[in-house]
Amino acid sequence: MTGKQRNIIYFGFVIVLMLATGIFTSWNSVLFIINFGLISAVMALGVNLQWGFAGLFNVGIMGFVALGGLATVLVAMPPTQGAWTAGGLGILTALLMGAATVAFAVLAYTRLTLGKLRTLIIMGILISGFVFYRVVFDPAVDAVEAINPSLEGYLGGLNLPVLIAWPIGGIFAAGAAWLIGKTALGLRSDYLAIATLGIAEIIIAIIKNEDWLARGVKNVSGLPRPAPYEVDLQNDLGFIQMTGKLGIDPILASTLFVKLVYAILFIAVLAILFVLLQRAVNSPWGRMMRAIRDNEVAAEAMGKNVTARHLQVFVLGSAICGIAGAMMTTLDGQLTPGTYQPLRFTFLIWVMVIVGGSGNNLGAVLGGLLIWWLWVMVEPLGLGVMKFITSGMTEGYWLKKHLMESAAHMRLFTMGLVLLLVLRFSPNGLIPEK
Amino acid sequence: MDLLNALVALSNFVLIPAIAYGSQLALGALGVTLIYGILRFSNFAHGDTMAFGTMVTVLFTWWFQSKGITIGPLPTALLALPFGIMGCIILILATDRIIYRFYRVQKAKPVIFVIVSLGVMFIMNGIVRFVIGPNDQRFLDGERFIISVRNFKALTGLQEGLAIKTTQGLTVITAIIVVGVLFYFLNHTRTGKSMRAYSDNEDLALLSGINPDKVVIITWLIVATLATIAGVLYGLDKSFKPFTYFQLLLPIFAAAIVGGLGNPIGAIAGGFTIAFSEVTITYAWKKVAIYVLPEGLKPDGLVQLLSTDYKFAVSFAILLIVLLFKPTGLFSGKSV
Repeated sequence: MTGKQRNIIYFGFVIVLMLATGIFTSWNSVLFIINFGLISAVMALGVNLQWGFAGLFNVGIMGFVALGGLATVLVAMPPTQGAWTAGGLGILTALLMGAATVAFAVLAYTRLTLGKLRTLIIMGILISGFVFYRVVFDPAVDAVEAINPSLEGYLGGLNLPVLIAWPIGGIFAAGAAWLIGKTALGLRSDYLAIATLGIAEIIIAIIKNEDWLARGVKNVSGLPRPAPYEVDLQNDLGFIQMTGKLGIDPILASTLFVKLVYAILFIAVLAILFVLLQRAVNSPWGRMMRAIRDNEVAAEAMGKNVTARHLQVFVLGSAICGIAGAMMTTLDGQLTPGTYQPLRFTFLIWVMVIVGGSGNNLGAVLGGLLIWWLWVMVEPLGLGVMKFITSGMTEGYWLKKHLMESAAHMRLFTMGLVLLLVLRFSPNGLIPEK
Repeated sequence: MDLLNALVALSNFVLIPAIAYGSQLALGALGVTLIYGILRFSNFAHGDTMAFGTMVTVLFTWWFQSKGITIGPLPTALLALPFGIMGCIILILATDRIIYRFYRVQKAKPVIFVIVSLGVMFIMNGIVRFVIGPNDQRFLDGERFIISVRNFKALTGLQEGLAIKTTQGLTVITAIIVVGVLFYFLNHTRTGKSMRAYSDNEDLALLSGINPDKVVIITWLIVATLATIAGVLYGLDKSFKPFTYFQLLLPIFAAAIVGGLGNPIGAIAGGFTIAFSEVTITYAWKKVAIYVLPEGLKPDGLVQLLSTDYKFAVSFAILLIVLLFKPTGLFSGKSV
């Protein structure tokens, strides 16, 4: 069996799996799984670029995904009336002052000679900068958050089409990745892991707590959509006529249609990224990346700038995760910082990459679709298993109750098991690197 | 008098909590650093190992409580602790035998171990949630305070009160005992010396006839013990919630790296550095400032540098600063 045949079988299996799920549950839920599966596949592509092609261990995917989500709010929401005049400019000034403080401190650090004087000057710059920052920042934030707090209370966005947020999300994530990469790359490998783990938590903390930015845990809902609204479709004569011809209930048809529009958009993004990545990986640049991954010392001796290449690939991979994050928030129609959890947004993506086959883009896509399906279906399947196990026990027996309640937690256990089994028995994944 | 009040307020809200938290972090970081020094990987499952050991302890505590077995003013959890440690040791040794050993024999790269530990983390997290659920669990009983605010005020006549919780006192005492025993073991016993030799230079240690399997098992035993103790102390002091333990991973790693990975003394220093910075930077200094500053300078706001939600940001910022200026940590650790 050649590699091509095997890949066809794998992807055919995914299609059969989705069809079977559709027949046994509903087509709406299958499209839901597929849409999120496509987004997961995009994230897996980003992680695969970092891990599979450069050997970089990034456990901060959640943070980059959340930055993409933030971009959606900042780009697509209408600006809050009066927020910019009330405090927006103040916040902007404060942030610029903060940046200037850090810049001055860095300047002092590099330009002055080592000694007590330098330490004192830097401390002075940082402390006075922080005080001025807070003096400008705090009242401005209060002013912004006081505007219609139950619905707005934040700066709002730029009122641009939501699709523009997708590349912007990528740029946001790339910026954060650059900062992290600059400090942690070039040190030993574990440091990057810890640094990314940390930056992800901090990004989430900022989005949760800075209400002026995106309402924090109060969530921003009602994001503009790239797809039509179901209600509009149901009132659209042309659409009703078309569903009449096909013989589908118009309400069902409208929900399916909207999900299909999203699916097509996601497939387009996935396809573009996939083609670009394939080309990059098969180019001399890709060969160089693999050479660096396989033997850093040798590559460095050949005159390759390992740290710079690592930084490049780290930024690119994180940008892809940012794009995926923006896509996901667009699909959700709301930004809910409280739902970002590392197990779901970081470590699950890792399971996808490892299971799919690290170092192979097709494998990453397969892993994304397959593992996402498993992640969604483990709960109903686990419940079924628990029902079967407890079928002999009497109703109301404590163990039965406990087991039924615990079925929901089977997810993490299953994911860990899948990851360990693949690592042990098929460490190259389902579709190994060529 | 004002200065004394300020000092009391400072101890009550900053020093005592930070010392207790620092001891918990130090015990956690010691486990991480031992694994790094001897097994040579960063163990992402450490937070969930702590959660598992604590969970077993909690279950035994509940059982003892239901049987009416208590130990007077001290929390019953202390009585259950040995059982928790036993449970954790069994789980950890099984994990090593079934999972890690395969990769050790293969001489897999450290980063593969890290990914494997991610899988272990998932499974342990799943087990803990499966058995005890994802919610907050309280298992503290016994006397709540060594000194309560009211007693302290009556005793000293000061305006500010000082409270020392039993759990805080217990944390510090236990941490001192555990660290003392650990360092005696590492520095003065044959097994401990062989562990350090193995950590310093694996090949040389093997040549001198040190049995690597034994070293690994002893390491896991110590790590399981440390993790359970750290987890139970944290759980008694705050509360037991599986997700919080996962989140502890960040400050614990930060502590281990700040101190220098692989260096036990560094882990302790790192734990306290992280704890003190977190608490001082997120504490609202208004109360202390009112006593210390002259009349005209009294602050209006809370005088809080960062809100408590950013405590992770603090440990992270310190981590970055140390990485930038002293990449091997305060007490030079090793690098791979």
